[in-house]
Parts: sequence; structure tokens; C-alpha cells
Amino acid sequence: MVREGGTAEGLSPPQFARPTSTKGRWGDRLFRLLIRAAALALLVIVVGLVIVMIRAALPSIQAFGWRFLVTSRWDPVAEVFGALPLIYGTLVSSLLALLIAVPLGIGAAVYLSEVAPPWISPPISFLIELLAAVPSVVYGLWGIFVLAPWLRTQVQPALGATLGFLPLFQGPPYGVGMLAAGLILAIMVVPFIIAVSREVLLAVPNEQREAALALGATRWETTRLAVLRYARSGLTGAVLLGLGRALGETMAVTMVIGNRPEISASLFAPGYTMASMIANEFAEATSDLYLSALIEVGLLLFVVTVVVNALARLLVWSVGGTVKEVRE
Amino acid sequence: MNGFKSLRMLTTVIFAALLLSVGYGSRPVSAQMLMNGAGATFPYPIYSKWFDEYTKVDPSVRFNYQSIGSGGGIRQITERTVDFGASDGPMTDDQLKKAPGDLLHIPTVLGAVVATYNLPGDPKLRFTPDVLADIFLGKITKWNDSRIASVNPGASLPDTPIIVVHRSDGSGTTYIWVDYLSKVSKEWEQKVGRGTSVNWPVGLGGKGNEGVSGQVKSMPGAIGYVELAYAIKNNLPAPMVRNHAGKFVQPSIQSTTAAAAGAAKNMPSDFRVSLTNPPGDDAYPIASFTWLLVYKDQADAAKGRAMVKFLWWAIHDGQKYTSDLLYAPLPSQVVKEIEGKIRQITYQGKPLLAAR
Amino acid sequence: MKARARRIVNMTMGWLTALSAMVVVLPLILILVFLVYQGASTVNLDFFTRLPKPVGEPGGGMANAIVGTLILVGLASCLGLPLGILGGVYLAESRDRRLPWVIRFLADVLNGVPSIVIGIFAYTIVVLPMRRFSALAGGFALAVIMLPIVLRTTEELVRLVPASLREAALALGIPEWKVMLRVVLPTARAGIITGVMVAVARIAGETAPLLFTAFGNRFWHQGLLQPIAALPLQIFAYAIAPYEDWHRQAWAGALVLIVMIFLSSFIARIVTKGRYSGLR
Repeated sequence: MVREGGTAEGLSPPQFARPTSTKGRWGDRLFRLLIRAAALALLVIVVGLVIVMIRAALPSIQAFGWRFLVTSRWDPVAEVFGALPLIYGTLVSSLLALLIAVPLGIGAAVYLSEVAPPWISPPISFLIELLAAVPSVVYGLWGIFVLAPWLRTQVQPALGATLGFLPLFQGPPYGVGMLAAGLILAIMVVPFIIAVSREVLLAVPNEQREAALALGATRWETTRLAVLRYARSGLTGAVLLGLGRALGETMAVTMVIGNRPEISASLFAPGYTMASMIANEFAEATSDLYLSALIEVGLLLFVVTVVVNALARLLVWSVGGTVKEVRE
Repeated sequence: MNGFKSLRMLTTVIFAALLLSVGYGSRPVSAQMLMNGAGATFPYPIYSKWFDEYTKVDPSVRFNYQSIGSGGGIRQITERTVDFGASDGPMTDDQLKKAPGDLLHIPTVLGAVVATYNLPGDPKLRFTPDVLADIFLGKITKWNDSRIASVNPGASLPDTPIIVVHRSDGSGTTYIWVDYLSKVSKEWEQKVGRGTSVNWPVGLGGKGNEGVSGQVKSMPGAIGYVELAYAIKNNLPAPMVRNHAGKFVQPSIQSTTAAAAGAAKNMPSDFRVSLTNPPGDDAYPIASFTWLLVYKDQADAAKGRAMVKFLWWAIHDGQKYTSDLLYAPLPSQVVKEIEGKIRQITYQGKPLLAAR
Repeated sequence: MKARARRIVNMTMGWLTALSAMVVVLPLILILVFLVYQGASTVNLDFFTRLPKPVGEPGGGMANAIVGTLILVGLASCLGLPLGILGGVYLAESRDRRLPWVIRFLADVLNGVPSIVIGIFAYTIVVLPMRRFSALAGGFALAVIMLPIVLRTTEELVRLVPASLREAALALGIPEWKVMLRVVLPTARAGIITGVMVAVARIAGETAPLLFTAFGNRFWHQGLLQPIAALPLQIFAYAIAPYEDWHRQAWAGALVLIVMIFLSSFIARIVTKGRYSGLR
């Protein structure tokens, strides 16, 4: 019995009749074995990764326990390691990035899916995809030589002069620091937010839009009441996906964040993220406990990104959107 | 159909490219042996010159050196993922115990660490030990602080914050710097201490001597510690520092050599010695040897032979490249002692260097 | 709300969203402009053919880094493509009950893992046991990164192949595995190639996992078991250094890297336009 294929999501493998020739059966068995082995290889890799990281991080976990997450001191001489400044730096830079990227990203996605005339959408989508293809190190290069000097000479003095009463904008203008990192992350994350948001918005059934329009809503009101509200969880998923990317970004951040494991209220201050500390110090951790502490930071990063990504995909899936790789 | 044909072609091209790249990559470009080393950024300018020149001396071997910082050099040679390491902070006894064999410190050159800075107008400043310590402790925060001014009468110091730049990676240059600060400031010794990576009270982190000099160069108001060669080659100032004898000394090849004079007489047999804050009128107070780290018992005969031949060349012929790059050559008595050490490097018990 | 106010709000929001789209595109244009402006002048024949010069001496090029990146990508593909494509076929075709779900979940997990964590993994299981940094370790790390992308793309595309095609082949008595190899995969070929090119574009630019696997090499590659130079690594090393000449070379390297990445994306797009683009 053979069934007709349906949509991409609902497709199930056709039920084949048993092959009657024995020659085919031997080939089939081998083939099935091969593809199962390939799939199992993936399983082995992921499980292996988790096991390897946990084993390597164990000395540090045993030495510091929960204090690792709340201590501020990162002292290789005294061999006392606390990851709090790293966690803080990672969260703040990512949240700052989202603060900028989410309104812009969702706004652009709305534009592309609801507002734009049909001739504008392809070229702009194309340009946004190019943005997603630029490697992290190139962003970092641009960050060091263009963004940071601009911040140091124009933006930070201006912000300090006008909004300097807020602890957010105090301190000497280094150029590099949390602000630079947040900005670069925002630029890197926005294409992903746009791509997924667009998918989510396009997945909203047209009936919703038509119903609103039939009631006399303007295009914006339609978008707001019918589309955005319907796609709310999917859009949240897009945002979380952007967060997941921002949390794991390494090179661009390393090049502009100032590399200082310290918690500061100011956006002008240098900071450190989990990923960039590993990049800087991994090859050089001279003691075993130091290396173990760095791997524990890596494990922490791994857990956080997995959780955020899983949540994101759940939310996006619930609206019927799909998280395709940003490719076109 | 056109689309289909070009697709077929593309698939073939991709397959071919894959096989080609891997096939090409798996055959060495040349018949040379590759020796891999990693470590200090402090001597990187002269090491990269040496390795380049040495390909003319011995075309059968190539030395690939990655400057990842002394901490990295120590770690990677301990893990045996490289053939030799390099560090300007001597390994501690604990670190030596961890190594799976006897690790030798072979001094190669002498260098100076300078407190380079970036100020508009490029004033020629000089520093005293306590001022340097307090800047890096975060106690002196502005350039026009009275303590800096009193050491530099007449200099025009702006009313801007001091931006301290230190190393973000494990560094022998850091070791030399904090070793010096620990000797001249009790507070530093207690609060921060010595190491290739320390808990800095203030400042931004830069990766390698390259990163620190890069940051100082691009940020007005910054001050950082780098090897002399990095400062001079980047048109950054190398200020005078007051030494143990109370004299202000300019970092230079001569003052670096003077710093080593005392130590040369009483060199420990493993060459692990600190040259900071030495006695002597002409001695620059923040100088150090830098060492190549090699195993006494080499694991591979061909590589071991190449290593000892290079080391011999480095401490003799290699020294003539030092002055151009602003490093000081090894004192001649020390060279004699190093010769003896190199002769002790063995492969399966037999010394690799024939008696010369 | 009065009708006129509503119209004004509507128009404003229309403009605001358009503005967002433009603002988003702006940094890309800025970056590309800078790349071309700073990098184009340094990209000359020397750059493509010469090795790096000793520290501080101007001149030299990034020939070994460019070739190194090509070799690493090729190596990663040799490791990752077979696993990814076969695994994708498994996910699309298997009649197993729970394993496909697990595999799919794990592939998504792996996709989100920061590349530096994958670098740690590769260091621990390739570099340490082998006691050396190597192109192999770098290729392995990149293969792990590209695996989930190729896997999911292949699965999706194999599912999209119409069942009628399969049925026809099976009705002719062709065994399942031959149907897969000779009918289904070639039909899905366009999409799979796109997925491959996307994965290649992604790993060509990766720096973090190469930091402690491929390690970098000032000279030409010396086989797969030795350290190897790579374009992103070289760009990073040059960017954070103080030498002006190195900065210029970093821009040039970035320009070459971007061109390589864009080229592979374009090739995929151009060739898949047409008959089988309907499969997506």
C-alpha cells in the first residue's frame, strides 16, 4: 500500500512492499545499516562532547562547587576562580544586543513581510543574508578599526556629556568595552532575528489578515492585532534564537570588549564574556585547575545556549514557523 | 536540460575540489622537517627573524613558532603538543614537576620591559618605582597627578584619566613586570603577587605584546608594559625608570646588558634567575632573560639533533641579530655555561651534540 | 480613535518599519565599503603568492593562509559531508520509532553549540592524544560544526522528493537503496548542494575552534598531521597587533575571505535556480 506524499512536515516515508528478489534485500540491509551508523555517529559526537566536557571540568566543579557561579574573583595566581563577572558580561552584552536588534529586527521583518512592495523585498532580504554570512573575525576587525575609535572619539564623549549622570554612561571613554561589544553583537544577531521572524509572520494564515481588513482595520492595525498577536510566541522564539547566537559569539566580542573580568555598572567599562575568556586563556592555562575552570566555563556556556535554543525552537514550532538555516 | 547539466557539473566540481584539497594538503609542500614551537611574545620579533634566517643556514628544517604567550608555551611543552616552548617567566618548581621529563631553560637573549604610554604632544616622561606600582594598583588615576608631575618637572601633563593596559593572556612579560613591582612595592606583593597571569586591580587586557602595544598605540592616555622592541618599532616612548641605585636609566641594549652583569657572575645551573631591580648605576631595573624550553631527553633523534644545532647557532651566530631588534646579546660567560647545558641534551642517553 | 489619527499612525508605522529595514542594512554596506576601501589596495599578486615576513618587516603575503583555509574546508567536508548526507537520509527514511527523534533533537543541540566549545572538544580528543596540533584536528572541529547543517538540509530535501518518483522506481523492481542513490538523491541534489555551500561558507570563516586545533603556521602546510595556517586565524593575529602593515594585510585577508564566502553562496544560488528550486 502506498500513500501519497503531503506537505513537507506531514510527509512520512511511503510504505514499501517487501522486495521480492534476494539480491535487493542484501543491498537494502547494508544501506540501512550505513545510514543508521551515520545517525549514530552524530549521537556519539554529541554525547561524547558532553561527557568529555564534564570530565574535564570535574576538578573545578569539585573544588569550587556553587561558589563558582557567584564569586567575582578570577585569580590564576591564588588559583581562585569565580565566573560571576563572565556570566555578567555575557548576559549584559547579549541583552544590550537584543535591546537594539529586536525592535530593528522585528520592524524590518514586518516591513519585508507586510509592508514592502514586492520588488523591494528580494534585494533587501538578499542584503540581510549577506550580513549573516560575514564571519565573526571580520566583524571584529571592523569593530577594532572603525567602531571602537568612533565610539571613543564621538559617541562616548557625547553620551558622557549629556547622560553622564546615569551610572550607565560613566567612566573614561576607552572605545572598546561593553557598549562596543553590545553594538557588534546586535549587528551580528539581527539577520537571524529577521529571517526567523519573517518565516513566523509568513506562517500566519491569511484569514487572520483578511478578517481584520474586512473589519476596516488599517494595514498597521491588521499587523498589530491579527498578525503580531497571533505570531507572538513565534516571535519570542526568534528573539531567543538571536539570544542563543549572541551568547556564543566569540571572536568579534574578544576583539572589542576590553578583556577585563570585572563587573561594572557602566557601559563604557571593559568586560569579559565566557566565550572570549576561553579564547584568550585556553591555550595558556598553566595549571590543571586553571584549565579545568576554563572548561567549566565552557560547560556553563554550553548548557545555557542549549537551553535557550531549545526554548526558542519550541516557541517557533508552536506557531507553525520553521527554523530554517538562514541561507537564501 | 540546462539546469540539470550544470548541476551535474557542479557536483563533479565539488567532489574534485574536495579530493584535490585533501590530497594536496596531505603531502608536505617541501621535504623539510617541521619543528613546532610556541610561547612568549616578548622575543617574538627576534625569534621570527632567527627562524627566517636559519632556513638559509639549514634548509632541511623549518621552525614554526606561534606567539601565544609564555603561559601557553609552558602549558604546550608540558603537554608535549609542541617540540619546544618559550617563556620569559621561569617555570616554577611545581610546573617543572608536572612535566613528563626534565625541562631545560636555555637563555637566548636579554630584553627590557618598558612602561610605554600614549599622550598627546608626546612628552618625554620618566617614572619612579612607586609611581609605576601605584598607577597599576589604581591609586594614581590621572595623568596630571602631583606624584607624576614631581618626577617630571616642566612636562605638560593633561587632566585625563590614565588607561592602564595589561595582558589578558598568560605572559612572561607580565611575570617580569609583576616580579619587578613585587620587589619595589610591598602593597603590590601582598595584594597581587607574582605570576604569568594575575588578578589585575585595574586596566584593560590585550593579547600578547602585540595586543598591548596595539591598544596603547590607539588610545590616548593609555599606559602599558611591553618589550622594548615593540615600543620602539611602533614609535611608542620607552621612558626612563629610576633604578635600585637611585639613577634614572634609559632602557637600551647597554642598560639591559648592565642589568645582567651581576647575575652573570652567579648564574644558577638551571639558568632560572630574575634580573629585576638589580644593583648597579647603569642597570635598567626591568630586564630579563628569555628562555627556550626543551626536554633534556629528546623523544626523536632527528628533531633532537635539529634542535641542538639550532640552539648552538642561536647562542653564537644568532646573537648578531639582537642589536638591530633592540635585544641585548647574552654575556659571554653565560654563553659558555649554556654550551655546557646544550651538550647535556640527549637522545636515549647519548648526547646529541658531538664534542666541538 | 479618529480616522485621521489612525491613518497617521498607519503611515508612521509603515515608515518606521521601512526605516528599520534600512538601518539594518546600513552596517553591512559600511563594512563592505571599508573592506574594499582598506583591503583592495593591499590585495596584489604578492598577497596571494608569498609567505608572511618576519615580525615588523613590511611585505609578504597570506598565500599559506588562503591555501590552508581551502585545505581545512576540504578536509572538514570529507569528514562531515558523508556523515551529514547519510544521516539526513536516515532521518527522512527511517521507520525506527524513537531514534530519529533523538537524532533530530541532538542535531539541533549541536547546531547551537558555540564554536569555541567545539574547539575545546576537538582539542581534548584529537590534539591531546596525538600530542600535536594539526590540520586534522582543525578539520575535525569544522566537520562537527558543519554536520548538523548538512544533516537537516538533506533530511528536508529528501522528504520533499515526491513519493510518485519513488513509487515509479520501486514499481520497476529497483531495490530501495538503488532508488535512494539513483533517483531520490539526484533529485534532491540542488537543495543538498545549497546546504553544503551554506555550511562551507559558515566554516570557512570560523576562527575560534581553530585557535587550539590547527594552531597556525608561518610556512606552507606540511601534511595533515602538522599545524596549518588559516585565513581567519591570520586576520585575527594581524588585527590585534600594532604593526600598520599587518593591519592592511588583515583588511586584505578579510576581503579575500568575504569574497570566497560570498562566491560559494552565489554558486549555490545560481545553479539551483530553475527546475528543482521548486523543491524548497
